[in-house]
Amino acid sequence: MLNLNNNHKNLVLTSLTVYVFLSILIAVIPAYQMDKVQALPSMEPFSEQQLNGLKIYNSENCMACHTQQVRNIEMDKVWGDRPSIPSDYFYSKKRIDIWRQSPSVLGSERTGPDLTNVGKRQSGKEWHLLHLYNPRIVVKESVMPGYPWLFEEKEASQVTDKDVVVAVPANFLKDPNKKIVATQRALDLVSYLTSLKQPTIGEQPASDFIPSTKKENAKAGNGDVPAGLDGAVLYTNTCSACHQADGKGLAGAFPPLAGSPIVNDANPETLIKIILQGYDARAEYGVMPPFSESLSDEEISAIATHERSSWGNSAPAVTADDVKKIREMIESTAKK
Amino acid sequence: MKKRIVNLYQLKTLNKRSILLPLLLSGFSALAQPQANPNIDNWQLSPAVLGTILLIAIVMMVAVVIIYIRISDYLSGMRKKEDTQNKHLFNEKIIGLNDNEIDNLLEKRKEALNYKLSGNELGGNTNAIDDKGIIAQVTHDPNNPLVDEKKRAKLNLETPEELKKVVIWYVGAAVFWLVFGTAIGQYAGMKLAWPEVDTVSWLSFGRLRPVHTNTVFWGWASFAMVGLAYYVISRTSNTTIYSYKMAWRAWFLMNAAVILGDLCLMMGINNGGGEYREYIWPVMALFAIGLIMTFINFYKTVAKRTVKEIYISNWYLFGALLWTLTIVTIAYQPFFQNGLGETVIQGYYMHQGVGMWFMTFTLGLIYYYLPSTLNKPIYSYSLGVLAFWTQMLFYTLIGTHHFIFSPLPWWLQTIAIVFSAGMFIPVVAGTTNFLMTMRGSRHEISKSYVLPFFLVGVIFYFVGSTQGSLQAFRFTNFVWHFNDFNVAHSHMTMYGIITFILWACIYVLLPKLTGNEPKQFLVGAHFWMAFIGLFAYMISLMTGGTLKGLSWIEGNPFIDSVILMQPYWVWRAIGGSLMFVSHLIFAFNFYVMVRKPITISNDSLSLSNTVNA
Repeated sequence: MLNLNNNHKNLVLTSLTVYVFLSILIAVIPAYQMDKVQALPSMEPFSEQQLNGLKIYNSENCMACHTQQVRNIEMDKVWGDRPSIPSDYFYSKKRIDIWRQSPSVLGSERTGPDLTNVGKRQSGKEWHLLHLYNPRIVVKESVMPGYPWLFEEKEASQVTDKDVVVAVPANFLKDPNKKIVATQRALDLVSYLTSLKQPTIGEQPASDFIPSTKKENAKAGNGDVPAGLDGAVLYTNTCSACHQADGKGLAGAFPPLAGSPIVNDANPETLIKIILQGYDARAEYGVMPPFSESLSDEEISAIATHERSSWGNSAPAVTADDVKKIREMIESTAKK
Repeated sequence: MKKRIVNLYQLKTLNKRSILLPLLLSGFSALAQPQANPNIDNWQLSPAVLGTILLIAIVMMVAVVIIYIRISDYLSGMRKKEDTQNKHLFNEKIIGLNDNEIDNLLEKRKEALNYKLSGNELGGNTNAIDDKGIIAQVTHDPNNPLVDEKKRAKLNLETPEELKKVVIWYVGAAVFWLVFGTAIGQYAGMKLAWPEVDTVSWLSFGRLRPVHTNTVFWGWASFAMVGLAYYVISRTSNTTIYSYKMAWRAWFLMNAAVILGDLCLMMGINNGGGEYREYIWPVMALFAIGLIMTFINFYKTVAKRTVKEIYISNWYLFGALLWTLTIVTIAYQPFFQNGLGETVIQGYYMHQGVGMWFMTFTLGLIYYYLPSTLNKPIYSYSLGVLAFWTQMLFYTLIGTHHFIFSPLPWWLQTIAIVFSAGMFIPVVAGTTNFLMTMRGSRHEISKSYVLPFFLVGVIFYFVGSTQGSLQAFRFTNFVWHFNDFNVAHSHMTMYGIITFILWACIYVLLPKLTGNEPKQFLVGAHFWMAFIGLFAYMISLMTGGTLKGLSWIEGNPFIDSVILMQPYWVWRAIGGSLMFVSHLIFAFNFYVMVRKPITISNDSLSLSNTVNA
């Protein structure tokens, strides 16, 4: 009929037509459907600065190593409170301009951590700037490239009040007499990164989304430190980026926990309060974000106990009940 | 309750889709639930992991077979040496004889020479009875090519100077881009093990990674493929190329695209970070125009063919060009692809880019160059046609398997998984066809420096593609998604299949065109360094990737998985170095094959231009 063996016109037309038909079915139509997805009510559009940050994210091709998708499987629970849904990408995946298209922020490699919720996990601007200048300042084992071209080296005398000086430790400086100042591009990128927080979905308690064996384990245990919660692991995941794995902090950026009077205080109240509410009382250090929403009483007690018994610290363990009481106390004063 | 939101969205899309695919979807929506972590106590025994190990074992076995053949060849060479020694001893013995003894011997020999058979020692004097014509009707020209191996008639078609030049320059550009692209790749890979090598913005990992991938895609493989195809198109149509001018224009446009695209990426101008779609559209448009010109040129050449049938290679070449142009057109449309629309297209684009452009095109090349090397027809034309249509049908539908468990619609993911399994059909059809064509020519492997490349390429075609299908399954996505295992897989296919086959074709064709053969030792060095390098690269990243995935499932801190990769990244750098050095050797071999300018004098013209297919 078509005589494809001998008729080149028919061969070309047939293979092209069938292929275009398949493509429309499997790619074009679904793409148009995804185009119609709306933003969640809790989401806000990017500010101009954040949008500029997204452009730098794109031009440095951060998606070569960082994903922004929480898959609906339990192992991805560390990256978000719920699986990602199409609406999450309403603002971040708009066409950039006429030359460039919508950034592929979902990514395909996790050589570095997922960034869906990085703004919540790591809200400190100081940390991000240090990390961007040279990731090994804050995470020794990191393999991420540094981005020194987003910073300027300035003589100490030329630094003005407007400049954002980054407290880079002396051993990471080429010239120890100079100061590292963040450029507008670095600030834009940090403002984009700290804006990355999973938006909430209505009334639905987000953590119910993924069946979690961890939570069940926690319920099963009934000691001071809940079974299944490892304070050391939680510390590594949540705290060590700033306070460092050895608890010594980073001079000029993050205070040490080893030997700290607050951590070693027999009464853990101040420690727990700081973890729950965050801390911004000392100008020489970066701001610590509050963890009352992201960590449970059990998790905070495990972390506090770990901190009080490591790096030469020795103070009594903290129970989940202690944390619960202080949490209630804070909430009741807040209501008044 | 738990899956309400996800399902709400999916139901919405499901309703619309249900007109198209009612049966499939009703089944799939039931699957749309969050997944708990699988039990990983026995991960080594899961079917997909076992399958992958088995597949790698196959490659190992092929290596062993090749080594075995080489060694037995070496041994038989030793035996020959012994024979010549014996002959020497014999000669010396003869020289030592005295005159009498010699006379005696010669007398005997004379007698033996003069002896004659009467002709009927074993039979009688009557005629043979030959009712069925067994004796009288012997033919040396049977009409059954499937059973009888026939030598192809020598075509002796003259290769026009222009065509030679086009092929050599296309392949030359490819060689340059191979060396450049893999130097970049090697450097970027080393940065994972030694992140402080430099702090130059143009050389940062994020910018270099797409430079590597795009250069080897659009530079190396594309140029080599198109160059080799010009010869196939002309030869199988038994005519000259429609327009050489067009071939040159396409050459300039495609090179311009790679140069500009790489510069843009290093300057930080990136289309959107989607893999293989990092060149911005004005750059990619140059490449696409080059492809359109190439298609027109091929099409017009086939249209004026002087043989009746369109050879199967040309089916694949047409398909690859048309389908790739479709993909690029769809992927670079500016008016849709906001939100996850871009992700749907990205899955489609990056998968078809590999499957429709590189794989389909390279298959077309194998269908010509493999039989022509072996000097016999392809085993089955029909299998080739079956593989052609199933390749188009199944490959097209499976792009979303790069986004399993992502927020893309569940039905898309499921279709992708189901048809990934369907990919077994074209893969098995193709592999069978090539291996059956090679069957009975095993002794040729020891004689040819080209066939090992073909053999490795064909085996990797089976292994890499099948492994890819296994990787699409949901369990394997827990362990292998997002980590270095994918990098190993893409090198297994783009390098193990495409690059090895292209090398084979180049080593077949260029000596025929120029009359210069490369040094066999250097071709061997190229082969073994590339093969061993690839193996080290693959195994280290597969092992490291698996351990990384398991560490994630265990819920260990992320940085643990970075630390555990360090030794594997070092091994990968070692494998990569071997591969890179083999490319330098290949570049030298290329130089040897094309270096002598073809001198044309009147009497040598017909000889030097005559090429046997």
